[in-house]
Amino acid sequence: MSYIKNYIENLNKNSRKALSIFLTAGFPSKNNFIEIARTVLTSGADILELGIPFSDPLADGPIIQTSSTIALKNNTTIKDVFYYTEKLSNSTNKPIILMGYANPIIRYNKNNFMKDAENAGAKGLIIPDVPLEEYDYFFNGCDTNLDIILLTTPTSSNERIKLIDEKSRGFVYCVSVTGTTGIKDYFTKETYENLKRTYSLIKKNKMMIGFGISKADDIINFSQYCDGVIVGSKIIKSILDGYNYEEIGNLISELSTACEMHGN
Amino acid sequence: MKNYTYPDQYGKFGIYGGKFVPETLIPALYELEEAYNNLKEDPSFIDEFNNLQKEYNGRPTPLTFASRLTEYYGKAKIYLKREDLCHTGAHKLNNAIGQISIAKKLGKERIIAETGAGQHGVATATVCAKFGLKCTIYMGEKDIERQKPNVFRMKLLGAEIIPVYSGSKTLKDATNEAIRDWVTNVKNTHYIIGSVVGPHPYPMLVRDFQSIIGKETKEQILLKEKKLPDYIVACVGGGSNAIGIFYPFINDREVKLIGVEAAGYGISTNKHCATLTLGAPGIFHGMLTYLLQDENGQVAEVHSISAGLDYPGVGPEHSFLKDINRVLYSSVTDEEALKAAYLLTKLEGILPALESAHAFAYLEKFIKETNSNEIIIVNLSGRGDKDLSTYMEKFKDKENELH
Repeated sequence: MSYIKNYIENLNKNSRKALSIFLTAGFPSKNNFIEIARTVLTSGADILELGIPFSDPLADGPIIQTSSTIALKNNTTIKDVFYYTEKLSNSTNKPIILMGYANPIIRYNKNNFMKDAENAGAKGLIIPDVPLEEYDYFFNGCDTNLDIILLTTPTSSNERIKLIDEKSRGFVYCVSVTGTTGIKDYFTKETYENLKRTYSLIKKNKMMIGFGISKADDIINFSQYCDGVIVGSKIIKSILDGYNYEEIGNLISELSTACEMHGN
Repeated sequence: MKNYTYPDQYGKFGIYGGKFVPETLIPALYELEEAYNNLKEDPSFIDEFNNLQKEYNGRPTPLTFASRLTEYYGKAKIYLKREDLCHTGAHKLNNAIGQISIAKKLGKERIIAETGAGQHGVATATVCAKFGLKCTIYMGEKDIERQKPNVFRMKLLGAEIIPVYSGSKTLKDATNEAIRDWVTNVKNTHYIIGSVVGPHPYPMLVRDFQSIIGKETKEQILLKEKKLPDYIVACVGGGSNAIGIFYPFINDREVKLIGVEAAGYGISTNKHCATLTLGAPGIFHGMLTYLLQDENGQVAEVHSISAGLDYPGVGPEHSFLKDINRVLYSSVTDEEALKAAYLLTKLEGILPALESAHAFAYLEKFIKETNSNEIIIVNLSGRGDKDLSTYMEKFKDKENELH
């Protein structure tokens, strides 16, 4: 069984939704990154998603774009991402997942990337610009134990969602809204209907919801339609706004508390 | 080569092309492909397309014999395919007309587009005005600065211009923002991509609409010369004017096809955009194609004096045509392009767009090897009015050299 799925399963059994926090590797600086990641993990995140910076992140809104630009100015490379992954995975059993666009990965060499990621202790991989259509081309011949996590969106048909569930391992990443990553003030009735529809179609894997989530209330409202949530832009924005480690920790704790389902 | 049938059913030209985009866009790409496949067989759609090309765009464009340029070099006969005479001043309207008709059939209310030199932005804003659709154009801040007349034209046409401040502030970044807009508003919005780039079916669709250039060229040269040309030369940024004129000749192996990229300050500097000359295959803007990138797979910031060629990628079909050696790709510098533009203006009374000037500059490099029985056709993809400020600024240095 997938390590990630098993990990989320255990949380769910203990009446908890999984909290995955996204951080752009090498942001805000190479020196501070590890400390921020450790703070996130010790303050209540269950899963850490490390973003590999890319010059042209098409699926990302302005906040993550900014962090990616800064990480690249800091000369963050895939080798650095593996170094962070190794350091962090040595001191936690919480799953670390890599999120990266296709081009830096093929430039590194796909097979070497999968092998080095696994050796560094990563458990999963998300590539937002490799959809179902390109899955076989991209992953054929890659013999990897990494969980390949595909995304569903509000425009995905029921048939596609089933296929995505079939091809994915660990969890399916359910994108809450059409659009790029960011912070949403509110979610519409259509969003909830879509989450309900998607959750009912995911059979093989766990399902995590991402994009737009920033508040404890969002998590509470989404909790009946998922096995966990992913928060990214909100955390990146707090770092851009100059939050110190303690303030970042408090923000994570607050989100983490909302993942506890006792009494709901 | 016979029976060139690319792209395949997956939208691939050999290994190139494909649909490397976020899941949100995939259903829209299928919807577009299906609509196009139905419409291209539909007689009323074909009639409407042909009628707009004739009555609105001004097609067919002439194939002009360049007598003084031919005399100047004293080698092969040079003909010019006059896309500069299209309505709005370049070949871009050929594609915008086709895509707006599809968007109408799909019931989309809003049109978005990216633009570099502003020619595609103007073409898109023009068809939106004509068909009464809402139009938003993404344009890099640097390009807004160097293509002011086109920015104003788009505003007059009723388009909203959104300046893009990210990355190199040029065509690449404008395309990123247009894709992000499309991901967000895909339900009511059609994205009119301006070149043979992006995810399938765009490279095929834009090629098919632009291939009207090559079809006319073939008829015209057969009428005038009773034979096919020996060479066809076109500039390549994303590569839509080049594919447009090349495509109907792909199976005519005896016709040599030459694509000219922008070498900027020179290919030994890192200030160029000679993608096919110096790039390596990569995944960018939804396609697998040659790409200028660094050793870590980050997309390079490129340079050309011509905003329309200032792009680190290239259409996937060009990548394929390079690999199978059907098209020869080369490059010329900013300086060479400027010199060729002044020469064409003096000898033929035609001021070319900076983009098209790159194709003319390549004549210098190979015409000596030709003879007077041979024929060269240069695709004059656009007129130079939009580039007057650049030409004025650079003219002082060139004036003396030419006299």
